[in-house]
Amino acid sequence: MADIEIRAVRKSYGKNPILHGIDLAFASGEFVVILGPSGCGKSTLLRMIAGLEEITGGEIAINRRVVNRLEPRERGCAMVFQNYALYPHMTVAGNIGYALKVAGVPKAERLRRIEETAKIVGLFDYLDRKPAALSGGQRQRVAMARAIIREPSVFLFDEPLSNLDAKLRVTMRAEIRKLHQRLSATSVFVTHDQVEAMTLADKLVVMNKGVVEQVGQPLDIYHRPASIFVASFIGAPAMNLFDADIDLDGACLAFAGAKLLIDRALAAQLGAGTVTVGIRPEQCIVAPDAKGGVAMKVDFVEELGSGRVIHLELNGHPFAACVDEQTRVRPGDWISLVMPLAQLHVFDQKTGRRIEVDLDPRAVRGPAGQPALVTV
Amino acid sequence: MIQRTPFANALTYGVMIFGFLLLIGPFIVIVSGASQTIQQVNAIPFSFLPQDRLLENMGVAWARANLGTAMLNSFVMASLVTAGKVALSALTAFAIVFFRTPLKGFFFWMVFITLMLPLEVRVVPTYAVAADLFQPVRLLISAVTGFEVSVDWNLLNSYAGLTLPLIATATGTFLYRQFYLTLPDELAEAARMDGSGAIRFFIDMLLPLSRTNMLALTTIMFVYGWNQYLWPLLMVTDPQYKTTMMSLAALLPAEDGTPDWNVTLAGSLIIMLPPLIVVAVLQRWFVRGLVATEK
Amino acid sequence: MDKRAAFRSWWLPSLFALPQIILILLFFYWPAVAVLRWAFTLEPPFGGAAEFVGLANFQEVFADPLYWNSVGVSLAFALCGTVATIFIGLVLALAVDRQLPGSGPFRFLYILPYAIAGPAAGMAFRFILSPERGLMASVNAVFPEFWNPAKYGSHALILVIVVFAWKWAGYTFIFLLAGLQSVPRSLIEAAAMDGSGPVRRAVDIQIPMLAPTLFFLLVIMMTEGFVGADTYGIVDRTTEGGPNHGTDVMVYRIVEEAFRGLNYSGASAQSLVLIGLIMIFTFIQFRYIERQVHYK
Repeated sequence: MADIEIRAVRKSYGKNPILHGIDLAFASGEFVVILGPSGCGKSTLLRMIAGLEEITGGEIAINRRVVNRLEPRERGCAMVFQNYALYPHMTVAGNIGYALKVAGVPKAERLRRIEETAKIVGLFDYLDRKPAALSGGQRQRVAMARAIIREPSVFLFDEPLSNLDAKLRVTMRAEIRKLHQRLSATSVFVTHDQVEAMTLADKLVVMNKGVVEQVGQPLDIYHRPASIFVASFIGAPAMNLFDADIDLDGACLAFAGAKLLIDRALAAQLGAGTVTVGIRPEQCIVAPDAKGGVAMKVDFVEELGSGRVIHLELNGHPFAACVDEQTRVRPGDWISLVMPLAQLHVFDQKTGRRIEVDLDPRAVRGPAGQPALVTV
Repeated sequence: MIQRTPFANALTYGVMIFGFLLLIGPFIVIVSGASQTIQQVNAIPFSFLPQDRLLENMGVAWARANLGTAMLNSFVMASLVTAGKVALSALTAFAIVFFRTPLKGFFFWMVFITLMLPLEVRVVPTYAVAADLFQPVRLLISAVTGFEVSVDWNLLNSYAGLTLPLIATATGTFLYRQFYLTLPDELAEAARMDGSGAIRFFIDMLLPLSRTNMLALTTIMFVYGWNQYLWPLLMVTDPQYKTTMMSLAALLPAEDGTPDWNVTLAGSLIIMLPPLIVVAVLQRWFVRGLVATEK
Repeated sequence: MDKRAAFRSWWLPSLFALPQIILILLFFYWPAVAVLRWAFTLEPPFGGAAEFVGLANFQEVFADPLYWNSVGVSLAFALCGTVATIFIGLVLALAVDRQLPGSGPFRFLYILPYAIAGPAAGMAFRFILSPERGLMASVNAVFPEFWNPAKYGSHALILVIVVFAWKWAGYTFIFLLAGLQSVPRSLIEAAAMDGSGPVRRAVDIQIPMLAPTLFFLLVIMMTEGFVGADTYGIVDRTTEGGPNHGTDVMVYRIVEEAFRGLNYSGASAQSLVLIGLIMIFTFIQFRYIERQVHYK
């Protein structure tokens, strides 16, 4: 059990900056997931916590002890690598027990703990095998056991599930979660897979291009993305994002040849100019007729089994909407897309940051009823 | 591929058999000649049929060229060259590959350049160093302090002299470097996370993992060491340190003496056997080592 | 290329590299510098102060017709030896690569001559290709004086080249076979679909694909021919440089000059010329390796 503090941490390779001042604090026992596209610096950050990368600037403290100059072994962290990094010439038992051997734990004690750990991850019958004779999932378990046996105060996971097939990934995800509940060590898990991130995290950190975009609980981040990047990165299918002009006179958002009426006071508050507006496909409503929505042409339909995603087109701009099985449309059909004002996210076009504004007319005026939508 | 190409197949077999005669034929001549009597070996035309005097001729050759001592010396020399080469290469490559230090590039180039000049072209001054090992040290001391120190230590007629200069090249280092570079980065990282330091990592991970690599290097170095000719010729004057390659001269029939080529061939067969066995038995590793060192 | 997770220490790697570095300094760099020093000075072989003589040693070497003879001999030796080894290796590799039933043992056998030391092979060939006995005596019985390496320099040169080619053919064979096996099977199958037979395929597809390997072997074998460990041994044990300097290759001459003639300065000057030659070969090889990297 340990808390981790990351203060103004920077990293650069030569003149090439990778991380531009990261500030984060993880509470003891928390399961933190760092999510971001490849190359965003998330793995580098993790490896700096582990002590595998040098820290260019700032400091990292584990349990209120600055660890910048400490060797990996002195930090009390254990790490699960993406490609497992098992020692190919050692048996499963040898792999799991290597850290104890290095630490000089007596053989009997070591064997006892190896068996104990192997039972936790279900590898008890495989202790004499070499890694080459194991399946992908089993190798993953060895890698985890190797981390568990040290009873570390911090678990570090570097995209540990990305080499597994889809089905195994779901199983292992659940196991990691259960394991965390059982051991309750602080865990930092790096991934580019948003489903993994949403399902595992107590606290989610979204990174992009070497900066932290947003920190929060997964649902918070889903519902209130702090930037255009987060909005587009989280959620599948991706959020519909479009530029809209604020028309002060008409009190509407004008986009792609359509108009969305909003409250005049709100429009004034936003000021004239262009903003980026977003709405999640799952919050769009496809109305059977054109009433109250924007008429769009169906481009193509993706079947998901549990529902379907309709890809639409409005004057060359793509939109997507999630519908249930009952809604039957075909490419070429015209439908009406309703975008509830309460579900709209508004972002500053220049900075990409979220503008906190609730467009729901009820929030402003109370009993206003349906938002007015005008199709041009 | 299903293909009926009778002409090409016949040609292929023809070529392979021709290659056999060309490359293995000399071995057959050597073995047959070595098993014949002095009359048979000098007969015209030469008979390729092996006779029954092989062991006898070998015995004569063994005694004449004092092959017992020579074989032992060659064996010691080849083993020392091999062991030294394998050990030093593994260590140097470890230093070059797994450490982040400004000296790394320096070490690398220093070792790399040795690939360029084989012993043959710098044999004269190398001999001078071996004949007077402290010459560099002495010059250094006299340059710095102005004192003339007289220490004499030469490597002539010693195993050290036979082996050390042959170990001072880069081939093995690059074989190891090549191998180390194929190991995933995470292996060392995982070991570091498990608390292992550099030396521990070398012993627990690199040594066991590089076993095949070591075997490959061992085979080529043994053959290399055994087959050294020029260097022992210069270093050794004491018959006690003679190697097999030097005994070849003693096996040659004198210009106007008895042309007992059967004994000569039997003797050279003995001398050829050890590396031949190594290559034949460990061919897989030998070929692997050969291809890898040249990359 | 760098390992990502390097250990951090400066003294530990230095310690590991130290034995090798000391040996290299002592037996490589010091002698290499000495060659340079000796080539430009004149020094009584044992004892006495060296005297700087500029290019005099080189002038003396270049004025000696025997030196130019050795250059010619070396050139002929290296060139013919290289062409012969590569040709034999290539033909055999092409044959074995077809993987007809029964080709396995050949593949194993062809490598064996490479295990034999040049001088040992040389002495055996002295018998095998002797004019009075062995294989050539029968020919000489019909055509007297057809073959006599003891008498004719050109015959002796052919003899040492044969020894060289015999030993090294297995070596080129290994590399060329490895090269052939890395030619994608689909390429050969595509050619077969286009109706080309095995010989056509070898000429049109396989040999062009081998170009990098062939070039690499060319440089390696030329270097080997000029300064290889075996070249001296082969010449010394087969013909001893004779007859009449007919097989007096450059390395042989250098060693003779230094240890029999005790002319260190002359030998060093000759070494330096040879070193220059190797540098050129190495440079060519580097350019080639660099190019190969770009191909990938």
